[in-house]
Amino acid sequence: MFGFSFKPRNKGKSAQTAKERLQILLAHERGGNGSSPDYLPMLQRDILEAIKKHVHVERDAVDIRMERDDELSSLEINIELPGGRTVQSSASS
Amino acid sequence: MSKVIVVTSGKGGVGKTTSAAAISAGLAQQGHKTVVIDFDVGLRNLDMIMGCERRVVFDFINVIQGDAKLKQALIKDRRLDTLSILPTSQTRDKDALTSEGVEKVLEELREEFDYIVCDSPAGIERGAQLAMYYADEAVVVTNPEVSSVRDSDRVLGLLNSKTKRAEESGADPIKSHLLLTRYDAKRIGEGEMMNVEDVLEILAIPLLGVIPESTAVLRASNVGLPVVLDDKSRAGKAYEEAVARLTGEQIEMRIESEERPGLFQRLFGRTA
Ligand SMILES: Nc1ncnc2c1ncn2[C@@H]1O[C@H](COP(=O)(O)OP(=O)(O)OP(=O)(O)O)[C@@H](O)[C@H]1O
Ligand SMILES: [Mg+2]
Repeated sequence: MFGFSFKPRNKGKSAQTAKERLQILLAHERGGNGSSPDYLPMLQRDILEAIKKHVHVERDAVDIRMERDDELSSLEINIELPGGRTVQSSASS
Repeated sequence: MSKVIVVTSGKGGVGKTTSAAAISAGLAQQGHKTVVIDFDVGLRNLDMIMGCERRVVFDFINVIQGDAKLKQALIKDRRLDTLSILPTSQTRDKDALTSEGVEKVLEELREEFDYIVCDSPAGIERGAQLAMYYADEAVVVTNPEVSSVRDSDRVLGLLNSKTKRAEESGADPIKSHLLLTRYDAKRIGEGEMMNVEDVLEILAIPLLGVIPESTAVLRASNVGLPVVLDDKSRAGKAYEEAVARLTGEQIEMRIESEERPGLFQRLFGRTA
């Protein structure tokens, strides 16, 4: 080759963003059987069961937030305990 | 009083999701507490158009099936604090939607939101029918093209017969609005496509707005921004005006006519 680039010279910035967003999303969707967060209802139930062994908490006391990224995904779990205390835990994978 | 608005069309790919995203963001921008729901089970796309696809944990189907509480599935928009998104499932199909489940979720949302915007799937089957069933108003998205207009007519028939408001005696019928999208002034000027008057004459419902064919729509979807928030674009402006009309404002309809051919075109004539 003669130092010639076939890369489109000015690929619109937004198209690059689109590609990156899709790559992140699809990597996660293909990873599991279909979509990754399918285990979340079960995870939520298990967390709740574990806590209930020790403290009385409401069914919707567990709040799970997720943020997916290309290298790191994080799961943030907020548990509302009676008496105004909140346990917060973050896990990354 | 909260309002349930369905964005529907019959024909696929005419701009329902683009419009549902823009309308909900536009309503939220005006300060109304708004939620937008993806009814296209199995083909989740609204989350991408809204730019919150990385934050989906639970979805509409999880809520209907009792696996999650509504507040756990609602995603708060990071740009507009009056806007929330209820994504749908990517793995399930339309059979996961039940009439009772949809009704229950909508009732719960009515307590918290002023506007509930439902992004319907294409077609006239179960998914589309459930998306429109509980609606108070409908935005019928139509392109100036024969199959789209015909399908819109079919959908208007369903809105007037197969919905709660149609079945309940004494209830006002669903208020339907026409949103003409992908309006290509150049091709219309050349007589290749029907114009606003043509479509209005056939469908005979009030016009909510005319959204031009615009590259800003693709750009907005690339980055996950409802196009109405791109206020420099013509499509964004057109959506903003449509939203204002939806909330009862009287705004003059400015439909762009064909741009005059530029010098280059005049010199070299039109190609193709
Ligand atoms: N005003 C517009 N100008 C240019 N492109 C547009 C416009 N409106 C929509 N589009 C494009 O048309 C395509 C379909 O749009 P969209 O997904 O909103 O349609 P839909 O009716 O929701 O489709 P489906 O029936 O599959 O749900 C997208 O690629 C979108 O970017
Ligand atoms: Mg759609």
